[in-house]
Amino acid sequence: MLTITQALVDQMVAHARADHPDEACGVIAGTYGSDRPERFVAMTNAERSPTFYRFDSLEQLKVWREMDDRDEEPVVIYHSHTATEAYPSRTDIAYASEPNAHYVLVSTRDPEHAELRSYRILDGEVTEEEVVISGSVM
Amino acid sequence: MAIEVRIPTILRNLTDGAKAVDGKGGTLDELFADLEARHPGLRARLVDEKGLRRFVNVYLNDEDVRFLGGLGTVVADGDTVTVLPAVAGG
Repeated sequence: MLTITQALVDQMVAHARADHPDEACGVIAGTYGSDRPERFVAMTNAERSPTFYRFDSLEQLKVWREMDDRDEEPVVIYHSHTATEAYPSRTDIAYASEPNAHYVLVSTRDPEHAELRSYRILDGEVTEEEVVISGSVM
Repeated sequence: MAIEVRIPTILRNLTDGAKAVDGKGGTLDELFADLEARHPGLRARLVDEKGLRRFVNVYLNDEDVRFLGGLGTVVADGDTVTVLPAVAGG
């Protein structure tokens, strides 16, 4: 289960809409071990592609170091699909490399209604999980 | 002095849970060979027959080694090498 505030959900959807038709990607950091997403970090999609994403490598180093310094980890790793459903693609599964992260997919294929779903991806296995909107930021 | 190598979560099962390990060598390739002696299996997660694995990022201090010399990048005591899995997909 992913517990997350509406404000963070809105930020992911807004980023995905802004970068459409390219895929948008980013991370939401949270205190290590808390499983609570808190700090929204939109990342550059170095591929600038409608079918692929990859965090810019130097930006990733900077953000991962910041998280280390703050005793945080990537609680959510999100990206968008711009023409297909919010379900992990074969490459999403192949390259998933953060065992503690919730992988959030946002689909922007429908201009009116954004679809947002969350998964665990471990050793090539995808498990969808419930997304629960929490009332307020602690 | 040695070269500090920072290990990402997903590879810490190969370093007994350690976030960072020390190694030595004159190039990245030699450093990885040195690490392999104490942490068997680690090198194969970083390198394949064509060189650095495509979805592994390796940094020497603040630089991506892809923009330096890849596996031939010169390293020295006091350097920090950071390994991060690329975050990517389709």
